[in-house]
Amino acid sequence: MKPGAFAYLAPNSLANALELLEQHGSDAKILAGGQSLVPMMSFRLSQPALLIDLNGIDELCYYQRGDDRGLRIGALSRQRSLEKEPLVAEQAPLLREAVHSIAHPQIRNRGTIGGSIAHADPAAELPALAVALRARFRLVSTRGSRWVAAQDFFRGLLTTDLEPEEMLVEIALPRHPMRCGSAFLEIARRHGDYAQVGAAAVVILDSDGICEEARLVFLSVGDVPMEATRAAAMLRGERLTEEFIAACAEHAGDNEIDPTTDIHATADYKRHLAKVLARRAFTVASERARAQLRKES
Amino acid sequence: MSQLSLEVEVNGQSVQRKVEPRLLLSDFLRHDLGLTGTHVGCEHGVCGACTVLLDGEAVRSCLILAIQTQGHRIETVESLAPDENQLHPLQEAFQEAHGLQCGFCTAGILMTLRPFLEENPNPTETEIRQALSGNLCRCTGYQHIVDAVLLAAAKNKND
Repeated sequence: MKPGAFAYLAPNSLANALELLEQHGSDAKILAGGQSLVPMMSFRLSQPALLIDLNGIDELCYYQRGDDRGLRIGALSRQRSLEKEPLVAEQAPLLREAVHSIAHPQIRNRGTIGGSIAHADPAAELPALAVALRARFRLVSTRGSRWVAAQDFFRGLLTTDLEPEEMLVEIALPRHPMRCGSAFLEIARRHGDYAQVGAAAVVILDSDGICEEARLVFLSVGDVPMEATRAAAMLRGERLTEEFIAACAEHAGDNEIDPTTDIHATADYKRHLAKVLARRAFTVASERARAQLRKES
Repeated sequence: MSQLSLEVEVNGQSVQRKVEPRLLLSDFLRHDLGLTGTHVGCEHGVCGACTVLLDGEAVRSCLILAIQTQGHRIETVESLAPDENQLHPLQEAFQEAHGLQCGFCTAGILMTLRPFLEENPNPTETEIRQALSGNLCRCTGYQHIVDAVLLAAAKNKND
C-alpha cells in the first residue's frame, strides 16, 4: 500500500511543465490534487517513472469572465473553490448546486477541477456536469493549444482525448443563458460517496415558455458521462408538463444508459434510479427556468 | 534511492528532513517525526483517520506526498491541546459527551472539525453529519460524536 519509487519534479511555470511533458511523454504523470492518482499509486495500479507536480503553478488557479461573458476556470482551481466563487453562483448555478456531492470536504480542499475532468472517472460529477453545461476544454502542449468540447473529450473508462504530452489547462463555460434552469441529483449510500446514479438536467425556455433546449447527462451508468440526447430531444418544442417529463425520463432510462451490476446495486435498480432522478431533475430544472421567465416579464 | 530535502512547518516548528519522493505525508508524520497521533486506517483516502491541516485546511495525509508540503504549514492532532494539563475545547466536548469509543478515528475527526467550526460556529445537526461524512467511525454510530460537536458549538457561544 505504498507507491513505487518515482522521480519528482515541481516546475514553477506552465511552460516548464509542458517542456517536461514533451520530454517524458507517457513515462510521466501529472500530479494535480492527487486525490485519485495517489491512491492509484499506493495500490500500484499506476507506476509512473516521473511525477510532474503542478501545485506550484499559480497561473493555473483562476476564475475569470470570458469574452462571451461566460466563465473561464483555471484547471488547478480546487473543487472547494466552487462553493465560494461568486462567478460560479452567477454563471454556473448547476456547479454550485452539485459541488457538495463531490466526495468529502477534505477531498474537495485538495482535489482540482481539471484533475477530476482529466481523470475521467465515469462515477465523478465534474465530467458529467461539464457535458451538461457544454463546457469546452483547452488542451496545451509545447506545440500549441486546441479546444475540445466536453461531449467529445471523454472517450472511455478513464480515457480522454488528451495526448501524452498535452495538459488540460482551462475549462470554459458558455454564458448562462436566459430562461435557463438546471438541477443536479444523485443517490449515494453515504453523503459524498461515489454515486450509484447521478443526473444533471438543463432546460432553456423561449419567451413563451416553450422548451427551446433540454439536456440530460447521467453519471455512473456507463464508461463515460452518458448524455440522453434522444430523450432530451423529445422535450424540445413542448411545454414541459409532468407527462412529457415522465416519458422523457422513461426513454432515457430504458435506452440511453448502460449500467452494470456491482456490489451495491443491480443494473435494473440503477436503471430505475436513473429514471426517477431524470424525472425529478427535469421537474426542478423546468421550475427554475419558469421562475426566470416570470422574473423577465 | 534518491532523497530530496524537505523543509516544512509542523505544529509551529520548522523541520528539515531528507525524504524519498514516494513518502506519504502520513508516514512522514508518524515514522520520521514520531507524531503518532495521526492514525492511518485505509491508506487510500476513504476513512479520514489521517486527516491533518495543510495551511489551515483539512486534508487526508495519506493522499499527499510529504515532499509536496515543502514550504507549507501542517497541523496535527498534537497541536490541539495548549499544554499537557489542558485540552482543546473540542477535545473537552468529546470527553464530556462521550464522543469516542476505541478512539482510532478521533484524531481525524477532531482535525476535520476544527476548521469546520471556525467557518461555521453554529452548525445544524445535518451540517455536522455532512462535515463528518468523510470520517468513518465503526464504534459509536456517530450519535455521541454529533452531540459532542453540538456541545462544543454551544460552549463556544456561551464563552
